[in-house]
Amino acid sequence: MTAIEHSTQVVLGGTRGGPEVSTLRQDRWWIQPVITVAVLTSFVIYATWAAFQKGNYFVGNFGAHELISPFDSPCLTATCGDAQIFHTGLGLAWLPPALLILIFPLGFRMTCYYYRRSYYRAFWWAPPACGVADAHGSYSGETRFPLIIQNVHRYFFYFGLVFNVLLTYDAIRAFHVVGGGWGISVGSLVLTLNATLLWLYSLSCHACRHLCGGQVRSFHDHPIRHKLWKFVTPLNAKHMNFAWASLVVVALTDVYVRLVASGSIRDLVIF
Amino acid sequence: MSQVSMRIWRGDANGGDFETYTVDKQEGEVVLDVIHRIQATEAPDLACRWNCKAGKCGSCAAEVNGKPRLMCMTRMDQLPEGDVTVTPMKTFPIIRDLVTDVSFNYAMAERVPALLPPPMPEGGYRMFQEDVERGQEFRKCIECFMCQNVCHVIRDHEENKAHYAGPRFFIRYAELEMHPLDQNDRRELAQEVMGLGYCNITKCCTEVCPEHIKITDNAIIPLKERVVDAKYDPVAWLGRKIRRGSKRSATDAQVQPAP
Repeated sequence: MTAIEHSTQVVLGGTRGGPEVSTLRQDRWWIQPVITVAVLTSFVIYATWAAFQKGNYFVGNFGAHELISPFDSPCLTATCGDAQIFHTGLGLAWLPPALLILIFPLGFRMTCYYYRRSYYRAFWWAPPACGVADAHGSYSGETRFPLIIQNVHRYFFYFGLVFNVLLTYDAIRAFHVVGGGWGISVGSLVLTLNATLLWLYSLSCHACRHLCGGQVRSFHDHPIRHKLWKFVTPLNAKHMNFAWASLVVVALTDVYVRLVASGSIRDLVIF
Repeated sequence: MSQVSMRIWRGDANGGDFETYTVDKQEGEVVLDVIHRIQATEAPDLACRWNCKAGKCGSCAAEVNGKPRLMCMTRMDQLPEGDVTVTPMKTFPIIRDLVTDVSFNYAMAERVPALLPPPMPEGGYRMFQEDVERGQEFRKCIECFMCQNVCHVIRDHEENKAHYAGPRFFIRYAELEMHPLDQNDRRELAQEVMGLGYCNITKCCTEVCPEHIKITDNAIIPLKERVVDAKYDPVAWLGRKIRRGSKRSATDAQVQPAP
């Protein structure tokens, strides 16, 4: 038994009850981690492949709706051509455009409180499920490097907002037909859905809730921030849903744009 | 009448093992009813802590089929077919059978600095409804300590008990942090002394809470974000420097110790 020095003594090392087994749970607690591993691994493999592609991320031929993959927007390198919404003069023609920007959405998701919960459970097994033993001999949580870096989440949130604005612009641009005119195609709806889900994911973020009003001590003294906080709080309760939905849809949007850009399918024009 | 096998942990600090009791199933019973029936018939020396039988005192917290549950709120007919396993809360030292020594939690409770209101203004203190409502959720806590029990930081790493308060007390820290009259600043304390950084927000505390308090979303994460304000956000740091004196800061505020 070890006693620590403090105003109040905590006694460590008493004998615990119950058998020495990792869990007594009888339900299928492993299903959730398995699904998480399957979905996140699939996404990472696909996103890695897509990030290294130097073509088929933009549809801009005459008469078509302008579509750009969310993985490659904003397109900043010299090879972007008409996919650029502003000319940066960066050069970097050797670099796949996605590699230049992917750190921001990736960092936002990696440091997201919901994804942390998911990957700590599914990949790190700390713990794999509630009431199931942690797989590690010692544990320091997010108190040291590298996991202390998770505290930068709010900065990725700020970058995420910038990306949302740009992807919203892309969604609006997707209603534009190259050569003149406006209309609706499946591609324009897909990009709109993608931008909408990304906004919902960002606005439901815990850092957003804190910055909107969670950080104040008195709501009465900050009525506008209280209103903002009340607006994002119900969204925050759905953060998990938006996290998964936006992850899947952003990948499917990229798939759709690549298929159209490569000529494998036609972007169906609704009107 | 059909029967059910109850595998109940029997033992104390010197060791123990499961004992199996086969009892009749009766309609509408909860696990605590069955435990009481076993006490009344087969094992009068079976130790279990209980009080209200209404899910409001938190005394009968144990682990049913490996999950932290209040025995008085766990209906037998909602458990899967087969043996029902009942063990004491794993995180705390055993006293006997299903009774554990939860004094770790009382030690941690004493470390929470008390509310420190400003000097009483003329006419008394005033709080407004929106500020009162904010902390109400946290006051639903019945101190069953199931959140503490399920938290892997101390459940699987005994050594962390020396410097980790646990979800129940992060609720308390959050409640006081969000109190408009409180002058204490607990952010530094929560992070450096009470181990907030150990929490990796896997939400098990929220999953087991019988009062459905959103411990992680409404207390721990807001507290972590406040710690970011105080320690890791250079923009917030700059803002504090500019407005020095008008706002509390982690380094300026005095922390009043518990009485």
